[in-house]
Amino acid sequence: MLTHDHIERHTGLMVVLILVVISFGGLVQILPLFSDRDVTEPIEGMTPLTALELEGRDVYIREGCHVCHTQKIRALRTEVERYGHYSVAGEFVWDHPFMWGSKRTGPDLARVGGRYSDDWQLQHLYDPRSLVPESNMPAYPWLFEREVNNRHTARKLTVLRRLGVPYTDEQIETAAEDVAGYTEAEALVAYLQTLGTAIPRR
Amino acid sequence: MSTGWSLFVIIVTFGMLAGFTWLVLNTRRIQDPDGGSKLNDHEFDGITELDTPMPDWFSFMFLASIAFAVLYLALYPGLGNFPGLLGWSSAGALEQDQRRAEARHGPLFQRYARTPVEELAKDPQAVRMGQRLFGNYCAQCHGSAAQGAPGYPNLTDGHFSWGGEPAQIRATLVNGRQAIMPAWGGALGEDGIADTTEFVLALAGRDHDTDAAERGSAHYQQLCVACHGPEGRGNTALGAGDLTTGVYLYGGSRETIAKTLREGRQGVMPPQRDVLDEARLHILTAYVYGLSKRHGAAESQ
Repeated sequence: MLTHDHIERHTGLMVVLILVVISFGGLVQILPLFSDRDVTEPIEGMTPLTALELEGRDVYIREGCHVCHTQKIRALRTEVERYGHYSVAGEFVWDHPFMWGSKRTGPDLARVGGRYSDDWQLQHLYDPRSLVPESNMPAYPWLFEREVNNRHTARKLTVLRRLGVPYTDEQIETAAEDVAGYTEAEALVAYLQTLGTAIPRR
Repeated sequence: MSTGWSLFVIIVTFGMLAGFTWLVLNTRRIQDPDGGSKLNDHEFDGITELDTPMPDWFSFMFLASIAFAVLYLALYPGLGNFPGLLGWSSAGALEQDQRRAEARHGPLFQRYARTPVEELAKDPQAVRMGQRLFGNYCAQCHGSAAQGAPGYPNLTDGHFSWGGEPAQIRATLVNGRQAIMPAWGGALGEDGIADTTEFVLALAGRDHDTDAAERGSAHYQQLCVACHGPEGRGNTALGAGDLTTGVYLYGGSRETIAKTLREGRQGVMPPQRDVLDEARLHILTAYVYGLSKRHGAAESQ
């Protein structure tokens, strides 16, 4: 019988019952989102990252950029004034995993695309303090010595397509040669320049 | 959210709340009505356990949180598609905040928007606002003191590649600029580059090798004159620098000038029209205009 005494004496049963109670919260918050178009469909005009931009994104992940930079503008006036239109769910449907981050040691990067020139971005990665003397961002000179490793590029695109990113056969076929010869720094800048450009800043 | 999912959320949420309420009330009910502690029915080596009822204050806190949850879900969005009695939304709250800020600062921005740049550049409050805007939107390239960096113009020295009149500064801000200095390494060869470098130094009246500069002059007349002009005074319509001033965007050492000639330069000022609204662009124009004027005034003193 399900008396207090009985449950307390049968730990396995108690674990199951606790899991049932906790799961209600998840069911309510998570399940409905799977059928919510605002959350599952890309915003209009968004295109998947090119092979080079995708490799740049992997450099972003490898170097831990998301530890100090967020990619999510909250719906607060001060943030919208500084960074541009607040982030919407549709911008992230092709992000696997998303790069929202959780802490801003540096500024938010959700709409950094086009804000600075390619040359600026490259120089800033190479030596941030040559441009912004007050900056505490580390320098990433090794990104300029290493070329993008294209061994897995095509497979990355294939996997992402399985997850719902609309890559074409042609994109997957040419992926490896599309990124060949580029430095990791160039790939990273290519990625940064796409961030948040799918919707107008204001 | 579809109606089905909305109902799902509402039913599960209220089911949970009802379950919790039952749990708390039931726990109270099964306790000893006398309120005292009774003994549990187990005993080990003479050690027994009391079955003390949950204190009232504790179960009341439980019930109070459940009541709070019901009130909260009634006022704010949380139950599927039900928007809440207050009609609050994060986008709505943002809009309200923006409207409040507009009501507070709008009149000032409008007044500034009607003030000519030359006048606005002298208004201390507008300058302070311009400085804040500059710190956020421009300082990353031009430096927080606006003194630039190699490749990023110093805005305080009065030298403007694209012109320093208010309308020109504004056009630079709004539309951005794309400067192209072609690479002449292939056309000139290393000797040609060295000679032309000497001529560029000569244009600014700096120390140079006269023979080499004379040879370089021929190259200049052929390749450089179209943008930098016969006297090397540059062209603000093309962003071609004035070579007579001794102020160089990418650095003025022999090596740097030679490198500029050999490899070319591609300077980019990103457009700000999608970043800033009219009023802010105007204040920023006045701020940048003021930066150069203040320097000019300091120099003439």
